[in-house]
Amino acid sequence: MTIRLGGIILGLGLTAILLLWSLLPGAVALYKDGFPDKPDYYAFQEENIAPEDGFSFEGPMGKWDYAQLQRGYQVYKEVCSACHSLKFVAFRNLEELGYSEAEVRAEAAAWTVPGINQQTGETATRPGLPTDQFPSPYLNDVAARAANNNAIPPDLSLMTKAREEGTHYVYSLMMGYVDPDPADQALSPDFTTPEGLYFNEHFYSINIAMAPPLTPDRVSYSDGTEASVENMAADVAAFLTWTAEPTLIQRKQTGWFVLGFLLFATFLAFFSYKQIWAGVKPKK
Amino acid sequence: MSFAWAKQYEPKTPFTKWMDEKLPLPRLVYSAIGAGYPVPRNLNYMWNFGVLAGFFLVLQIVTGVVLAMHYAANTEVAFAQTEHIMRNVNYGWLMRYAHANGASFFFIVIYLHIFRGFYYSSYKAPREMIWLLGVVIFLLMMATAFMGYVLPWGQMSFWGAKVITSLFGAIPLVGEPLQTWLVGGFAPGNSALNRFFSLHFLLPFVIAGVVILHIWALHIPGSSNPTGVEVKKESDTIPFHPYYTAKDGFGLGVFLILFAIMLFFLPNTLGHPDNYLEANPLSTPAHIVPEWYFYPFYAILRAFTGDLALFGVTIIPAKLLGVIAMFASILVWFFLPWLDKSPVRSGHYRPLFKKFFWFGLIPCMLALFYLGGAKPEEPFISLSQIATAYYFLHFLVILPIVSQIEIPKPLPFSITEAVLGKDDDGAAQPAE
Repeated sequence: MTIRLGGIILGLGLTAILLLWSLLPGAVALYKDGFPDKPDYYAFQEENIAPEDGFSFEGPMGKWDYAQLQRGYQVYKEVCSACHSLKFVAFRNLEELGYSEAEVRAEAAAWTVPGINQQTGETATRPGLPTDQFPSPYLNDVAARAANNNAIPPDLSLMTKAREEGTHYVYSLMMGYVDPDPADQALSPDFTTPEGLYFNEHFYSINIAMAPPLTPDRVSYSDGTEASVENMAADVAAFLTWTAEPTLIQRKQTGWFVLGFLLFATFLAFFSYKQIWAGVKPKK
Repeated sequence: MSFAWAKQYEPKTPFTKWMDEKLPLPRLVYSAIGAGYPVPRNLNYMWNFGVLAGFFLVLQIVTGVVLAMHYAANTEVAFAQTEHIMRNVNYGWLMRYAHANGASFFFIVIYLHIFRGFYYSSYKAPREMIWLLGVVIFLLMMATAFMGYVLPWGQMSFWGAKVITSLFGAIPLVGEPLQTWLVGGFAPGNSALNRFFSLHFLLPFVIAGVVILHIWALHIPGSSNPTGVEVKKESDTIPFHPYYTAKDGFGLGVFLILFAIMLFFLPNTLGHPDNYLEANPLSTPAHIVPEWYFYPFYAILRAFTGDLALFGVTIIPAKLLGVIAMFASILVWFFLPWLDKSPVRSGHYRPLFKKFFWFGLIPCMLALFYLGGAKPEEPFISLSQIATAYYFLHFLVILPIVSQIEIPKPLPFSITEAVLGKDDDGAAQPAE
């Protein structure tokens, strides 16, 4: 009885505090001022977009498009890698994109990685080996900031997992360098893009420090694919999906095998349950 | 323990006879989860979740031990080491995704298990101790899950740890020194990561110990059932094995299918993208949230936005109010057996209670689940304040009053009558 009485008093007390000291002032402020204004860049934000045909690896039956991954790697190597590292990926992983061991060895050797001078012990550089990770283009964060208007270019290994709908985000960001919509500009007349930043309708605060990286024919594809901004954006988004999760396709394929087994086992379990209970359950 | 008609273990071979004399472990298993445990014959699928919770505890321990073999608790390498597991360890991705999604499924199962308890009043005498131990298990699970989420040392790991450990700073007088002592620094760092790893490894075994007590306490009165009428005689029960092992096997299969769909096709859906960015104490994420299973309690924590002040003097700051309310929201479960005094257990026979359950508590919990993950802005703040107020009113005010004034529906004479529609013993001796 005392517990119940105490409970009722405590419950009413907590609720009273909540309503009087928290909800009431909030409700009054909301009534007086209305909902707070959103920042002026909100008007320009656009939803993520995707290529018309989607990506080959999407959906439960998805598969890598190796030619696309190789083209995406080319875009990373020739464009992105000037500023962005890829530290969780090793050259040896490129074999998973369909390159042969010899090709990977040659590819790695074309990169310069930090090393040690074997005679003097001083820091030096050497050609890469398949076991090396992709090197960072900057010595350290200070150097990265200094070269990029005080913004550090993020590592791209996990980028497509570190953003909502990451693959579409990367594609959208590459496609998002457009002129502001005049209708939106009329809604936020004070909004400007400062010197050194660029307007991108898919970036969270619209003004991004990265200069538009892709222009038509920025790379030349050896397989005859047209090097349009759309194609390069889709290819590099696909490549970065692979770097973020190289086991993506293996995961889905294992999933079908496991699901098949579980469906079969559950089917058996259901019928053995029905059979065992046949004598106990009354007929309705 | 258990009922007079419970079958006893009979060793048949010389080896089992010898074993039964020296260490009667087979006898214990036989009486605990075998043919020697008589269980009400009318249990519905809501009674599957105890066994399922046990399965997920084992799954978490097995995958967790494997992950610990490849992990390193050091802020310099923890994030890279987690990626090493995902990329280089054979089937490391499977272990890590199974562990992360396994935690979510463990909580799904436990929430269903707890709400089964709410609806069927499983906490009532003679089962109070089972309920109390269950709440202890839930608190231990929350601590374990919180510390586990810190280990990959991503942005959400770090900032989640910072927000939650700073709650101790709200305690008057000793708060800040206590916080610094618990975290091992002014902000979570290497010492925090190390102690979290150590405790994250230890606590699951503590949980397993309390689970044994939970099951032990269960076997003294025996399982409850959907009618809430106690077992009276042998025809009310059937042996746990093979009847409920078969039923639980089917339930486990269905749940594992759902688990496999999440694990293999949507493994990051329940997580947060920010945790794929390495922890950076200098860059605060726009929106710090815990894992989804903490959302209701996080919503309650954030619902208190005003300091309790009289004549301009702050008596309790808003942060402390929020912390008190958050802990109180779970501690109140400990008092349920004494807050709800209705003699009828099952919600089936309690018309008023049933309305407050389906149209009060359930929408309130769903709202809190949503609001805990929402941005801290209007209208979500006001909504979580209303939902929090209802939450406390439900357990502390509505439940005691309903149990006092409600007129329950007539109960069946026995479980046998509830299942078969008639009970000869009941006919000979009409219900009072």
